[in-house]
Amino acid sequence: MAGAGARFSPLLAPPRFGLLEALPWLLAIAAYFAFPSYLSFGSGILIMALFALSLDLALGYAGILTLGHAIFFGTGAYAAGLMALAGWREPITGALLSGGLSAALAVVVGFLVLHLSGLPQIMTTLALGVIFFEVANKLTSVTGGDDGLQGIKLDPLFGVFDWTVYGHTAYLYALAWLLLLFLVARRLTASPFGLALQGIRINPLRMQMIGSPIAFRLMKVFVISGSMAGIAGAISAQTTKFVGLEVYSLNTSAAVLVMLVLGGLGRLYGALIGTAVYMIVHHAAAIADPYNWMFVIGALLIGVVLLARGGLMGVGDRVLKRLARRTP
Amino acid sequence: MNVAAFILVYGLSYGMVLFIISVGLAVTLGLMRVVNMAHGAFAAVGGYCAVAMMTDWSVPFPLAVLAATLATALISVPIERFLYVPIYQAGELDQVLLTIGLVFVSIAGLNLAFGPNPMPTALPRWLEANVDLGPLVVQNYRLMIIAAGAVLIAALWIVLDRTDFGARLRAAVERRGMAAAVGINVDRLFTVAFALGSGLAGLGGALGYQVLPLEPTYPFKYLALFLVVVSIAGLGNIRATAAMALLVGLIDTALRYFFPAAGAFALFAILIAIQFWRYRGAFRIWY
Repeated sequence: MAGAGARFSPLLAPPRFGLLEALPWLLAIAAYFAFPSYLSFGSGILIMALFALSLDLALGYAGILTLGHAIFFGTGAYAAGLMALAGWREPITGALLSGGLSAALAVVVGFLVLHLSGLPQIMTTLALGVIFFEVANKLTSVTGGDDGLQGIKLDPLFGVFDWTVYGHTAYLYALAWLLLLFLVARRLTASPFGLALQGIRINPLRMQMIGSPIAFRLMKVFVISGSMAGIAGAISAQTTKFVGLEVYSLNTSAAVLVMLVLGGLGRLYGALIGTAVYMIVHHAAAIADPYNWMFVIGALLIGVVLLARGGLMGVGDRVLKRLARRTP
Repeated sequence: MNVAAFILVYGLSYGMVLFIISVGLAVTLGLMRVVNMAHGAFAAVGGYCAVAMMTDWSVPFPLAVLAATLATALISVPIERFLYVPIYQAGELDQVLLTIGLVFVSIAGLNLAFGPNPMPTALPRWLEANVDLGPLVVQNYRLMIIAAGAVLIAALWIVLDRTDFGARLRAAVERRGMAAAVGINVDRLFTVAFALGSGLAGLGGALGYQVLPLEPTYPFKYLALFLVVVSIAGLGNIRATAAMALLVGLIDTALRYFFPAAGAFALFAILIAIQFWRYRGAFRIWY
């Protein structure tokens, strides 16, 4: 059940930070200054990167095959939107509470899907995703139906920074959340708990035999992953000031999976790179024709599975290895 | 009485379309064990081919459906050779990803070839006409679908359960190495089986183009429905697939009639309940 050629070199990721690890964050900050007119698009990338990161914990590390992760993203988004509309306008506590709600939901969903594996797990998560979409579609009094939640207003961040139309605050707000939760995920995956998760993904039977509490660990990572996805959804609602039904759709679940796999499973950084590439390709191709981008993404996906196992991170690894061999 | 008969006819015809498409998936996903998310794409190709032949070249309906079925089966052969063969032995995730990629490509391709709007769904006059069955008046089209589905159920059951081909296929799926060792050409067998599954999808898409309207997003739109039917029916079980598809058709039609507000939600809730009842696995490891 190993992911799309996911490979892990050291048993535990190095505790110290490499210089290369600063690169994506420096790029994100550089983008803030270089493309001031694309900031809302940029925050979209950061939010989806956080969502993909949450999926990486569940799928890339623990091997939970889910096609319904949008359940948590959508619930976080609607929670944050409804909270703001109800008058709770402080953004940070709003995002945290939304993440908490998604975490609680993850406990319930976890009971339903974590004991499954393979195809039944894929099918059940997919069906649950469809149910959430349909419920949101029908509960128009709560979700606004096709119109979605509109007119979301927030207090200034820390009471100081206003939410400008250009999205300066929104971009940095999303970037701060991503960095914070990325550090959490990095610490988590570099711990014995993270190693146990990989063991469970690779061989659950053996892990059970050496006394690893599989059910508890899977539930733990699923709840962490669900809450991160919920926070991502909440940030999306807060920064775009809108929540639509799309947050619950199968498209959203599939898209985040594609982003993650494109970048590389079980690498954390794969989530960041894959999301950026996917969103930029989408943006560039969608300008020409709303269907064109599907061809590009589809072809990329087929290419990753057949030719470039391990996604873009895997390709990068191989290039670096070849370079290292050439210059002894 | 009238209402019951109405639900019966419409539910059964809808269920039959679901069955014809899903049973193709029961072959690829159920028997061959490849998580084929692109199954809806083959159904869409069949539907589009049939409609294009009827409108552009004014081919008669039965001939168009037949040609579309064959065309879909033929198209699926190179796709199976180049894309599916490498993933037969891979994990479920790889299979999901590659076939989702195929879905994306097919949606873009359908849009390029036929435009972004839903295809017009005119029926030939003899199918459009109604027939008086006593308690209610039914469209010929609905009866034709029910009849075609019933014939297919019988034919497939014979092919898969009672013929040499069916026995070889089940042997190859069960023990691939052993089947090859006793002289079965497993590679070719899989190609033929895949073409059969995809051809059935094409047939369902072509026959049912008025039940499941054709549009570029078709491959994704009805995918969950086909997948749920097949996985709940138990993988590769033809009769259970038929029963489940007809049940879904009837339940969905009845729900839409009596509770139009509940929509697809109720259907999927029922399906999940059945899934858990079948596996009886929910909450199992937690005690």
